[in-house]
Amino acid sequence: MSSVIRTDHDLLQQWIHAGSRVLDLGCGDGTLLKQLSQSKQIQGYGIENNRELIIAGIENGINILEQNLNDGLSNFPDNSFDTVLMTQAIQAMSRPAEVLDEMLRVGKECIVTFPNFGNWRARWHLAIKGRMPVTKQLDFEWYNTPNIHFCTVNDFEALCHQKGIRVLNRTMVSEQFPDNSLKQVLPNLFAQTAIYQLSK
Amino acid sequence: MPESIPKNSVGIVTPQTMKFDTPLPLDSGQTLNSYEIVYETYGKLNVDKTNAILICHALSGTHHAAGYHSMEDKRPGWWDTCIGPGKAIDTEKFYVVCPNNIGGCHGSTGPNHINPETGKYWGPDFPPLRVRDWVRSQACLADKLGIDQWAAVVGGSLGGMQVMRWSLEYPERLKHALVIASAMKLTAQNIAFNEVARTAIRSDDDYNDGYFLEKETIPKKGLALARMVGHLTYLTDGLMGEKFGRELRSGDFERGAYNEVQFQVESYLQYQGEKFSTTFDANTYIMLTRVLDYFDLAREYNNDPVEAFRNALCKFMVISFTTDWRFSPERSQEIKNALITAGKDVSYAEIDTAQGHDAFLLPIAPYIRVFASYMQRVAQEIT
Repeated sequence: MSSVIRTDHDLLQQWIHAGSRVLDLGCGDGTLLKQLSQSKQIQGYGIENNRELIIAGIENGINILEQNLNDGLSNFPDNSFDTVLMTQAIQAMSRPAEVLDEMLRVGKECIVTFPNFGNWRARWHLAIKGRMPVTKQLDFEWYNTPNIHFCTVNDFEALCHQKGIRVLNRTMVSEQFPDNSLKQVLPNLFAQTAIYQLSK
Repeated sequence: MPESIPKNSVGIVTPQTMKFDTPLPLDSGQTLNSYEIVYETYGKLNVDKTNAILICHALSGTHHAAGYHSMEDKRPGWWDTCIGPGKAIDTEKFYVVCPNNIGGCHGSTGPNHINPETGKYWGPDFPPLRVRDWVRSQACLADKLGIDQWAAVVGGSLGGMQVMRWSLEYPERLKHALVIASAMKLTAQNIAFNEVARTAIRSDDDYNDGYFLEKETIPKKGLALARMVGHLTYLTDGLMGEKFGRELRSGDFERGAYNEVQFQVESYLQYQGEKFSTTFDANTYIMLTRVLDYFDLAREYNNDPVEAFRNALCKFMVISFTTDWRFSPERSQEIKNALITAGKDVSYAEIDTAQGHDAFLLPIAPYIRVFASYMQRVAQEIT
């Protein structure tokens, strides 16, 4: 995961302020936090519960904290971070809506990125093949996937609307159409990864 | 006895003694006019003196953390699993210093030494100590060794308390703090266990109100009982089940006959108590448990750990063990959370193990890997 530069990592950096306090939920080996501390001099902390990734995070020199996100963030005070971010992990949470609430409580702003299940490839899998989508990006079978709460761009925005969450910014990523503006115009069909900047 | 010294051992080591004639002011208001600290060192101090690691020992620890004193030693030092060439605290990279704390009973000035002012054993009249006193005396040792700043200060349990105190008392004098299986203060249950241990010692007639050295008695029974209680709390139900189960050491349950039964666990506890009672000073044990009980990191900082930790300048690694009920993960999480809120650099790992509090001394693979990774980072920052 660390060797491939993830485009959502690059794109979300524009919303991180220099010198700010950042909490990365499901930070993996800390690649993003390491980048941000170099490019934006942030004070970053990452949460992870995979032992190998924790060790990799320590080796990467980041602040990495072992904690199960499904147990909540009650150990963090309100507004104690400038930005709380979660990249490609919300779909693996047991209660994603509660995680969003917690992120918005702890952070003044939040950044969420997730795989768009409305992407045409996923639709193709289900509609034509009649099978749950297995793609390069989502390389799991239904029975072994850690991703238990998939959503589409439209689903996510409906949840934000319902919860009164403000969408400050959004941008879409598609490896298939990197230069095509279709992904911004029709994100629910063409975006592979959706990136949202949110606030209360 | 080691038939040969293992390759990853620091080998045969010899304790050293540092004498101090400058009076040490103590938190109790008393002063220790002169004192000695016995310590061991492993590895080589680099030219710039920037690769020094201080090891703070726990309740029953000593200055003998690694290696062997002679080929006749049955066991290596108490933290040999973590200190040595290629080990988590790699003596090929670091210069490791492990002192016996003052008030101890393994060579440094303590209750079993003669008070030069009275010509008698200090005994129960040894000045009461606090963690801060130890830290202050360790800083004096660092001065004498020419170490301005530790690359890291490392300790588990009561040792972890010293590490945290170091970060507040001498913030410029350490770059990293490793706090393992520790707490910012003991819980009531924890204090209660210590009081049972103290009562066991005091109720032994051979304790003689603490003047047992003068009276040439040793409160072995009391000390053994104190250790048995303590030792029990360092283990877990699961671990004891696994290690001893209901195995019998002697006797049986044959019907129609009476052969008194001794369970293996009884025999083990008796052995642990007996062994301890011949090597430990009862007054030291009482005093050390008091140091533990009185420790409260944030007491002088409006009881606010965040305010306390704002004074720290070092980076922290906090490690806890899931089945440790004497210094539970919740206590370590409190340390971690306070550090985050105080805006300090901290990493935290919670090691899943059945070994209870004793885990911090044991070669548990994921623990050692986390520990070694962090120490690797400490080594990389040495200039």
